[in-house]
Amino acid sequence: MEHHAPTHDFLGLTFNLSNVLMITIASAIVFILAVVATRSLAMRPTGLQNFIEWVMDFVKGLIGSTMDWKTGGRFLFLGMTLLMYIFVSNMLGLPFAISFNEELWWKSPTADPTITLTLATMVVVLTHYYGVKMKGPKEYGKGFISPLKFLFPFKLIEEFSNTLTLGLRLYGNIYAGEILLGLLAGLGASGFGGALGAFLPMLAWQGFSIFVGTIQAFIFTMLTMVYMAHKVADDH
Amino acid sequence: MFNSLILGAGFAAGDIIYQLVAFIILLALLKKFAWGPLMGIMKEREQHIANEIDAAEKNRKEAEAFLNEQRDEMKRVRQEAKAMLENQKQMADQKGQEMIEAARLESERLKEAATAEIKRERESAVASLREQVASLSVMIASKVVEKELDERAQKQLIDEYLDQAGDQK
Repeated sequence: MEHHAPTHDFLGLTFNLSNVLMITIASAIVFILAVVATRSLAMRPTGLQNFIEWVMDFVKGLIGSTMDWKTGGRFLFLGMTLLMYIFVSNMLGLPFAISFNEELWWKSPTADPTITLTLATMVVVLTHYYGVKMKGPKEYGKGFISPLKFLFPFKLIEEFSNTLTLGLRLYGNIYAGEILLGLLAGLGASGFGGALGAFLPMLAWQGFSIFVGTIQAFIFTMLTMVYMAHKVADDH
Repeated sequence: MFNSLILGAGFAAGDIIYQLVAFIILLALLKKFAWGPLMGIMKEREQHIANEIDAAEKNRKEAEAFLNEQRDEMKRVRQEAKAMLENQKQMADQKGQEMIEAARLESERLKEAATAEIKRERESAVASLREQVASLSVMIASKVVEKELDERAQKQLIDEYLDQAGDQK
């Protein structure tokens, strides 16, 4: 079970085609889910509308717990999209993995550090952007030397470590889950005894992975809002 | 197996761009087709509920005001009725009093008239009695005198008497 990434060079850039595929699938699922849920909106919510409104209230709660709504309201859509995209991405790798010609095609897109770090960098860059935009360059700059001047290097390091931890936490959790699932699947496929031995751990690990995937989506969104609040809130 | 997934090894710059673009497109599409309308309906509901609460509050206040008004009206009517009743009673009392007074006056008048009548009757009776007594006494006196008078004197006396009676008639 030696897997390679199906890479392809295009316009001088290297594309991991499995990532491209899975990103597209995850995005499509999130989009279809959201559109189906909000297709027939009513004052009295029914079915999926209840679910999507619950998601919105949940993200509202996340934002509300880190900054006041007047500042944080604009991040609602970002938070909802992040939460649902990462959740769906985490779940995608759970039921099966497909490899073709020794190349791994079906997996969680979030089981790749490139993807998670891209998302993390995007979030951190957005925090800086909104920091400058909402507080002005001067106040934004002051954030690096307050409350004490000599904290500046640490604050600088913090920005990079935030990015790294945000991305790698997600990647690590999901990738580890998929590795173990892969190993258990390999064991299960090795013979009757293996299948018997792998069945229960597989069941447990699938359940645990669902839990981890949900928690990680929540943590990623939560931390996004925390970092955002650090940059845009006047006093926290 | 792992070398392609460790940072730096098998680094795919295209993935970064693809992920970024995909996420931004997803965000934009969801904003337009899902989150926007959802937010709209939730706001609308919030507004609706707020309106309903306001309306209910207003209705309650109105009902309360109406109730107070009715209560005052009731009180007023009751007082009016009471006053009316009292008035009527007073009037009846007065009327009764008046009737009693009138009856008393009437009876007094009748009594007085009767008394006057009695008095008059008695006076006339007394007068006639006196007259009769007088004539009787004259008659007795003449009878007594008659025996002692002579024919001539008797005749004269009778004539005198008759004259007197004729005068009196």
